[in-house]
Amino acid sequence: MSQKVLLNATEVKIALHRLACQLIENHDTFENTVLIGIQPRGIFLAERIKSLLETDYKIKNIQLGYLDITFYRDDFRRNYKTIEANRTKINFIVENKKVVFIDDVLYTGRSVRAALTAIQSFGRPSEIELLTFIDRRFSRHLPIQPDYRGRQVDAINNEKVKVCWEENDGEDAVYLINN
Amino acid sequence: MSELSVKHLLGIKYITEDDIHLIFETADHFKEVINRSIKKVPSLRDITIANLFFENSTRTRLSFELAEKRLSADIVNFSASSSSVKKGETLVDTVNNILSMKVDMVVMRHPNPGAGVFLSKHINASIINAGDGAHEHPTQALLDTYSIREKLGDVAGKNVVIVGDILHSRVALSNIFALQKLGANVKVCGPKTLLPKYIESLGVGVETNLQKALQWCDVANMLRVQNERMDISYFPTTREYTQQFGLNKQLLDSLDKEIVVMHPGPINRGVEITSDVADSKQAIILNQVENGVAIRMAVLYLLASKIDRNDD
Repeated sequence: MSQKVLLNATEVKIALHRLACQLIENHDTFENTVLIGIQPRGIFLAERIKSLLETDYKIKNIQLGYLDITFYRDDFRRNYKTIEANRTKINFIVENKKVVFIDDVLYTGRSVRAALTAIQSFGRPSEIELLTFIDRRFSRHLPIQPDYRGRQVDAINNEKVKVCWEENDGEDAVYLINN
Repeated sequence: MSELSVKHLLGIKYITEDDIHLIFETADHFKEVINRSIKKVPSLRDITIANLFFENSTRTRLSFELAEKRLSADIVNFSASSSSVKKGETLVDTVNNILSMKVDMVVMRHPNPGAGVFLSKHINASIINAGDGAHEHPTQALLDTYSIREKLGDVAGKNVVIVGDILHSRVALSNIFALQKLGANVKVCGPKTLLPKYIESLGVGVETNLQKALQWCDVANMLRVQNERMDISYFPTTREYTQQFGLNKQLLDSLDKEIVVMHPGPINRGVEITSDVADSKQAIILNQVENGVAIRMAVLYLLASKIDRNDD
């Protein structure tokens, strides 16, 4: 197994700031926008973006929820192991809101497909966008593309992209792992 | 730890403490789901479940049916009173006929103890025991202990007394197993005629004085007197039973602590529990019913994930 650094801490920081700015361009004061971090790993990125928007760009009252997609996945019973669920925490109504899904890696697009179904249980959003930190090109199973991306990566199938966050993994970095 | 150690849920006796915790954690997520405005998830959309009820049931059948529907499973219902069982068909034949229609899971209630275990040896589907005679009623015990965990934070170390007709009660047996696996202390209380002779061999305490039992416990689970299973008289009159083993407000207020009151339903109001107690804030009877749906969703979800697609 070998691993290569795709982004170091500084590069992660720059990408985060750029993503925050791009969000502001489209959502201004976030009055009618809600951020939804996709469980389990999208929540770290979502929290980062929220705190950046609040501290560095002085935007108040950003609504952030966590969405667990376990029960909506289409690979239930196709995996060897049972998929363990995570907590969904959405304390607001998404009806007629602009929703931004936030996840760390976009790979096959199946998680996003599940999230699109799952969010319907909380109302009918006026529109949904997708923000992903790493976009693995040429690996999609479904016609799903991100609206905001931190970095595009060309990785072959037996490679794995791992996004590390300081609060969870001890450092900010993105690795390409070759098994 | 992310899957159950068993393929069927035949009784609490056959599952581990880890299994119970996994079911509880999964039920936490489903409880959040059933409190949304849209209470449905698509997890079991490719699963067909047969609900076979060879004995009457309202709550359990409804609860299973709701749980199945909220997981998007396809379901067929069967009750013995309106079926070919009356024409003399055997259990295995009945079930195999239903399974030839491509059913993946079977939820079964049967008057004979061990019916689920028997069936599991003869058929290929995943079986959930929804009560077999006076043997076990595992989902009831899971929802009871889940409700205790929800109310008191933890089950371990708590004192729980099960009051009433222990002899005919599958709820009592499953509860004893579940409570002990989770580390609670269990006592049973009731007229001697309704306590099984060797109950102490299960490691539970026996108390025939309700006041003393209540003073000892944190939780009292009041069981129904099962008149339909009593072929002889186990106590002189219902009135006498109520006087000695019925829970009333006066008795509850005489305790120097606030205990949690549970009842698996259906309640015989004025017999094992008075209305003012059943409707008091110490009673968590309706929480038990709500938790029942979440627990059954968790059990169905976890067992369904063990069904091998290649077996289909």
